[in-house]
Amino acid sequence: MTDSILYSVLLLASLGVTAAMVLYVVSKKFYVYENPLIAEVEDLLPAANCAGCGSPGCKAFAEKLVGTDDISDLFCPVGGNDVMQLVSEALGKEVAEKNPTVAVVRCQGACDVRPKTSEFQGPRSCAISALIYSGETDCQYGCLGDGDCVAVCKFDAMYMDETTGLPVVITDKCTSCGMCVEACPRDIIEMRPKHKRDLKIYVGCLSEDKGGIARKACSVACIGCSKCLDICPKEAITMVNNLAYIDPEYCTLCRKCVPVCPTDSIIETNFPKKKVKKVEVDQGAEVKSVNLINNA
Amino acid sequence: MLKTFPKGGIHPPENKLTSSKPIQRLPVPKVVYVPIAQHIGIPAEIIVDRKDKVEIGQVIAKSGGFVSSNIHSPVAGTVTKLDMIVDSTGYKKQCIVIRTDAKNASNFVETEYPLKKEIALEPQKILQRISDYGIVGLGGATFPSHVKLNIKADKKIDCLIINGVECEPYLTADHRLMLEKAEEILMGIQILMYALNVPRAIIGIENNKRDAIETFKKLILQEPKIQVAALQVKYPQGGEKQLVRALLKREVPKNGLPLDVGVIVHNVGTIFAIYQAVQHNKPLIERVVTVTGKKMGNASNFWVKIGTPIKDLITEVGGMPEGTRKIVNGGPMMGKALKNTDVPVTKGTSGILVISEDEASRGETKPCIRCGECVTVCPMGLEPHLLMNLSEKGMFENAGHEDILTCIECGSCSYVCPSHRPLLDYIRFGKSIVKKLDVSKN
Repeated sequence: MTDSILYSVLLLASLGVTAAMVLYVVSKKFYVYENPLIAEVEDLLPAANCAGCGSPGCKAFAEKLVGTDDISDLFCPVGGNDVMQLVSEALGKEVAEKNPTVAVVRCQGACDVRPKTSEFQGPRSCAISALIYSGETDCQYGCLGDGDCVAVCKFDAMYMDETTGLPVVITDKCTSCGMCVEACPRDIIEMRPKHKRDLKIYVGCLSEDKGGIARKACSVACIGCSKCLDICPKEAITMVNNLAYIDPEYCTLCRKCVPVCPTDSIIETNFPKKKVKKVEVDQGAEVKSVNLINNA
Repeated sequence: MLKTFPKGGIHPPENKLTSSKPIQRLPVPKVVYVPIAQHIGIPAEIIVDRKDKVEIGQVIAKSGGFVSSNIHSPVAGTVTKLDMIVDSTGYKKQCIVIRTDAKNASNFVETEYPLKKEIALEPQKILQRISDYGIVGLGGATFPSHVKLNIKADKKIDCLIINGVECEPYLTADHRLMLEKAEEILMGIQILMYALNVPRAIIGIENNKRDAIETFKKLILQEPKIQVAALQVKYPQGGEKQLVRALLKREVPKNGLPLDVGVIVHNVGTIFAIYQAVQHNKPLIERVVTVTGKKMGNASNFWVKIGTPIKDLITEVGGMPEGTRKIVNGGPMMGKALKNTDVPVTKGTSGILVISEDEASRGETKPCIRCGECVTVCPMGLEPHLLMNLSEKGMFENAGHEDILTCIECGSCSYVCPSHRPLLDYIRFGKSIVKKLDVSKN
């Protein structure tokens, strides 16, 4: 009786010792060194795994940050400058400072201004529609309205407006990860600098058609008349292929181009309704009367 | 037992409404719109300018590379503009717009060429002419013909197949051409056999065109090298790979061409165009188009100049019937719906099909019930339901492993699906992405 207890205890003990030895040897022999900095940097990153930085996830980005010597062209759009500053401190490397950006939808061809001329019965996906044909309206540049951008947004920062059939960006939630820009087959969504109080001025059209054709397809299309080009004091507007583009780098948000546009295709958001000249001075009082054209 | 391909296939209602209507000549349009990308490959380069006077058959756009083709003026007239014109998909494409000269008699006098039997040119010159005269595959894919005929020294061609299958419902353009121009087609076959030194040729015709089969059978009595084969009526028998399998029991490798198994396949329309180019110096400036539809009173077949707006064709057969819902460029299976009717006829337009309300709508998409119908009918032996799912979920690499690129887009799977799932839409989408991935890999 005592023998059997003794044997089993000895057997189990020897098994345990052998296993422990094997585990010890293996763990020493096959030890993989991982830079502890990687885990540290990963903790600093927002853990959104959105791939907005170009790496497949936050861990991969952390490895890249630690592994590369010059990280000045790496940037986490979700975390922004704050996170990059922390990363810089942790790694002791220089990081570039970038102005925060936000996604804007450069099409205002809602159902009432851009009539449908055909009907598509296939699957509702922009990528498929764009592959097959130019969309249900006569504009081959505008929004297809099937919501691929909304589907890829991981931050719930976009939704489809049911009355206009166009996607809307919720500026506060947008992290400018760039997924929607990639998903859009028409390149309608652009990352533009984020100004205080979400002030934005941009051309809400991408039509490269000549004036008459563009206007016929959509009444708020840019017809390439160049009026905005002439009035802009900062030469921020360029006209390529019958399409105006406001370069955010030079635009000072003076709003002179907005009233001269004959088709209202230049969009201004969140500016005070009245054209008060002292916008900059009188900040606190004017915030309440913002014009919520394109903002939720 | 008639020959056919073994895997898959369907038999949609034939609806060949216009098979007894002789090919009429459409009046010369006042303005023609000639797109520079009418073929697969690199678009042609425009070599005329605004206000230039052009003659019938003059080259107006030069081939832009090897896989490209010349484009000739279909009318005599003046180039009014070089502009972007909406094509059948709704996107704007570069076009040459030519106003027909109403005084130039060459526009209106139609010479009936007598049958010319002597082949005056040397083989090399024949191939050169096919390339110069803008001949492309007229079956629908518009693959430049000279590329197909450019055979490398290590490949040996032992059979020329003439595709007179026309398996698409409704279309009768090839059928009528075979009936009316049988001798010319036969001559065209002999020209190609001479130029390529091919020992035999087979004309494949589906058994629903008995009259065409009989016509050719009578004509080939003196031609021991040419055979006529009647084929079982089954879609998509007109596909190159299916036809080679049906006639010769040779399997074209999955990423290969019929050339790899010693075969060249040409459509009867192409053969006729080759005949005209070689024997009568006539470039490819017109083609046969079937204009049809159940409600079209005067549905018929027409000789149409390339560049004629499609609305002219519809006006010619009595205008758009009431309740028209969809106009298809091509046949009902592989054709593409048009966005508007200003689109010109191109080298690839084999038919215009006008569909009314009750036939045009797709059914409501329901979940897949795993019946396996799509797998049964797929002529390429693929699993359409799987490819659709992979494309829908963005698993393109897996779709590539499942040979999504071998899909010939015949649409049989979408046709039979009892749940009306948009199989082909997703497969086409998947193909486009897989192609891009493959390009980036290499």
